[in-house]
Amino acid sequence: MTTYHFLQLYWWAIVSVLGAALVFLMFVQGGQTLFGSVAKTEDEKKILLSLFGHKWEITFTTLVTFGGAIFASFPLFYSTSFGGAYWLWIIILLSFVLQAFSYEFRSREKNLLGKKTYEAFLKINGFVGTLLIGVAVATFVTGGNYSMDKMNLTLGASNMVSFWTNDYRGLELIIKPVNLLLGIAVFLVARLLGLLFVFTQCSKMEGDAAADMVSKSLSKIKVTWSGFLAFFVAFVVIWLNADGYRVDTASPLFNGIDGPIVAEKYAYLHNMLKMWLIAVIFLMGVVLVLVGMARLMAYKKPSFYVTGLGVFLAVLGILLNIGFGDMAYFHSLYDIQSSLTLYNSSSSLYTLKTMAWVSLAVPFVILYIAYVWKKMTAIKK
Amino acid sequence: MILTSLVDASRLQFALTAMFHWLFVPLTLGLGILIAIFETKYYKTNDESWKKLTQFWSRIFAINFACGVATGIILEFEFGTNWSNYSWFVGDIFGAPLAIEGIFAFFMESTFFAVMYFGWNKVSKGFHLLSTWLTAIGANLSAYWILTANAWMQHPIGVAFNPVTARNEMVDFWSIVFSPVTLSKFFHSVMSGFLVAAVVVIGVSCWYIKKKCNKEFAHRSIKYASVFGLISLLLLMITGHTSAVTVARTQPMKLAAMEGLYRGENGTPFVGFAILNPKKSYNNTEKPYIVNLSVPKALSFMVDSDFNSFVPGISDIIEGGYKYKTLDGEEKTAISFQEKVERGNMARRALALYGQYKDDPDTLKRNEILSQAKSYLDKNFEYFGYGFLKNPEESIPNVPLTFYSFRIMVMLGGYFMLFMLLCYFFCRKKVLEKKNWFLVLSIISVPLVYICAEAGWVVAEVGRQPWTIQDLLPVGASVSGVSANNVWTTLIIFAVLFTTLLIAELKIAFNQIKKGPEGITWN
Ligand code: HDD
Ligand code: HEM
Ligand code: HEM
Repeated sequence: MTTYHFLQLYWWAIVSVLGAALVFLMFVQGGQTLFGSVAKTEDEKKILLSLFGHKWEITFTTLVTFGGAIFASFPLFYSTSFGGAYWLWIIILLSFVLQAFSYEFRSREKNLLGKKTYEAFLKINGFVGTLLIGVAVATFVTGGNYSMDKMNLTLGASNMVSFWTNDYRGLELIIKPVNLLLGIAVFLVARLLGLLFVFTQCSKMEGDAAADMVSKSLSKIKVTWSGFLAFFVAFVVIWLNADGYRVDTASPLFNGIDGPIVAEKYAYLHNMLKMWLIAVIFLMGVVLVLVGMARLMAYKKPSFYVTGLGVFLAVLGILLNIGFGDMAYFHSLYDIQSSLTLYNSSSSLYTLKTMAWVSLAVPFVILYIAYVWKKMTAIKK
Repeated sequence: MILTSLVDASRLQFALTAMFHWLFVPLTLGLGILIAIFETKYYKTNDESWKKLTQFWSRIFAINFACGVATGIILEFEFGTNWSNYSWFVGDIFGAPLAIEGIFAFFMESTFFAVMYFGWNKVSKGFHLLSTWLTAIGANLSAYWILTANAWMQHPIGVAFNPVTARNEMVDFWSIVFSPVTLSKFFHSVMSGFLVAAVVVIGVSCWYIKKKCNKEFAHRSIKYASVFGLISLLLLMITGHTSAVTVARTQPMKLAAMEGLYRGENGTPFVGFAILNPKKSYNNTEKPYIVNLSVPKALSFMVDSDFNSFVPGISDIIEGGYKYKTLDGEEKTAISFQEKVERGNMARRALALYGQYKDDPDTLKRNEILSQAKSYLDKNFEYFGYGFLKNPEESIPNVPLTFYSFRIMVMLGGYFMLFMLLCYFFCRKKVLEKKNWFLVLSIISVPLVYICAEAGWVVAEVGRQPWTIQDLLPVGASVSGVSANNVWTTLIIFAVLFTTLLIAELKIAFNQIKKGPEGITWN
């Protein structure tokens, strides 16, 4: 393997870690959907706000950094998907914009729109943000309608390097059943984690409101859990049965960047079997989620962190499986040869190297986040 | 036609979101540092009123910060959604600072902000203070990286064009990070943020003094803010000057637009105040100004430290033929717009040829054509972007907008010098209460300082049109293939959403100010 390709894999792995962390951290969004159900009275809402009020920024920043990391390492994805599936991304962004000021503004007097509106904004972010991020992740498997040719820059009037080939601009991706399936699964898992977090934290608190929230969240956990299981299993079945696309690196036409892209039946499944380490990561994730839920159901043990780790690993496994093994991680439904691979969409060797140095800071960042998390999450009786 | 309106809509959307963002960013940059100073005072003295003071300004900080975050995320993703061609053409360089900003700065800022804001009863005093400092440092660090990205677009160095991938690739990270343009941009913008914060703190405090409430609080705040503001302003003026010098070297057209200068001379005057003649264009003989008050030879001196040097005007730049110095001090002869267009076209044709033959099976023929195409490309690449332009007008930014914005910034800069000196002086003499006119002036100064900072960005961004990447990529070739209607729709959504956001923010902030430091409840 060349250094260049090693770095491409390394950066796909980092982007995957960020993506998986994002899905886990969207427990905040999940928690936001509980306004009006688990948190009805003002006391309960206050508890909900205090639980998520100083966590949401970590999720938000992870999204921002996820975007930045993709821009730096796979700029062609940035321009093709964001510029093409315009509405999908804009709606995701809008839902996060609504979140960014709602926590602070809701609790203040004279806030123009009233508490209820800000709660509604948080709920919108909770429902729409999670659902559509799930849809966006699903497009790694289901592809998008675009054509791409880097030499288009030399044309006259319409010199777009990548061009979306329909006028729905990503809206069509939202109603595609497989995308929707994963979208709903992501929404449900975010809600599940949100409920688990409420359950875990409220169990440690005193007072009637907290006790009430413990019992309410527990009953919701059961429903959400079964729903999630159904949608997730359905997605996994479809994904592992799906056809995938690969760059034929053995072809004489392959030049290290571009090469012929060929379809393959059960490509994702083959990948899973070939790269056993990734399979182990994925399966460990699934097992941990099951363990977490079993602990909760059988012993009423708080299991936010176990389940959360499971979700993180499962998503990580999926993303690694989609990108590794010369796959076209975002294939074109319009012209298969336009598809994006780690080879043709990445930054230059120099940039990936530079950024690899930068990435050495990531463990320190995680360390201080964990430290602050621990300090700020401790419940004082 | 359709393309023009798409470009216009995309530009307008970017300008709108960026200008909204910049309403919140400067206060975050400056107030963060001021709060950290206040809290350090509390840490050292254990005086509860310093704590109150810290908490009051923290509340204002938080309200503003939330809006900065809300408007910032749109900007980041807009490069992909609306400038997708641009994102490929320069993503190899541009993405890096954005990612570094996330990893190094945003995480630091948002993690420690949580402690700063919610941690009063949860962590030790020392750790809280540290968190406040880290929040403030994180914010300013984030400014460094985003301004690296912005400065690179104004002066694209440290890269090479790769014809295989049809994009620019980074070859020298450090020259990008420490380019002189980055440095002057960083210090100038950050100092403008510090000044904004100082003026806001002074304005609010003077309002209390005028209302005869929270007097001690107000005096303490002013004492620190006036020194802070004065130092910032000094640095602001110095870096404003260095900014102008780098602009003269790297973006002569922008400088000409800032001055409304059509014909340069040996010993060009600096225009203090003028009304532009709307009939003037680069190729007619109208007078450039209707009224004009200028300092002889001053521009030449400011730019070149030489009263008799030649500063090119807009018509000169289009015609070429004059001698100029680059940022490295190299002397060159300018070529005309037409020549630049020809060379840009040559570069573009060479690239097309390269693309056509890069997979040709005939190795011998391929290698020969590719090496020829590459050498043509290399020779002419510095004018690549001109290949997208047709007539000279397209290379001229909006002169009145750049010119008047520049005047507004510089004049207000002068005004603030006076204001800050007075403030410092009155504060030292403890006579603020008696100067009612000054208290009123302080309150009026708050909107003025925002206008000043926004005007600065208008100079920098409008003045560099039509380039997104100086000389390499014009706006027209940067956009995504979204339809104009889609962009107009999102533009309207953003405008409505951000305006509502701004009104809500102001209402909340005014209410908190009205209640004063004693009225802030903390949980
Ligand atoms: C990192 C890059 C970057 C940064 C920090 C800024 N801009 Fe910018 N700006 C651009 C990158 C850019 C751009 C992508 O290059 C645009 C979009 C279209 C264009 O021509 O340039 C642009 C255009 C643009 C325009 C429109 C000019 C025109 O179309 O005539 C205005 C008024 C501003 N910007 C203002 C700002 C303000 C107030 C900023 C302060 C936060 C700002 N820009 C920061
Ligand atoms: C077009 C260019 C810009 C982009 C893409 C951009 C991007 C962003 C993003 C994504 C955020 C939210 C960060 C978060 O999650 O916390 C943000 C906030 C912020 N940005 Fe910008 N920004 C731009 C211009 C600027 C400029 C010019 C400066 C400073 C000189 C600046 C400094 C800041 C600061 C201090 C905040 C405050 C809130 C925060 O950091 O969270 N930004 N920006
Ligand atoms: C009084 C003397 C000043 C001078 C000579 C000056 C000069 C300049 C110049 C030449 C630019 C354009 C830089 C570029 O295009 O790269 C600029 C930009 C800017 N100015 Fe000033 N300025 C002055 C005062 C101020 C003041 C008082 C403020 C704010 C309160 C301010 C805020 C800005 C901002 C925010 C920018 C855009 C960021 C940048 O490009 O650096 N300036 N200034």
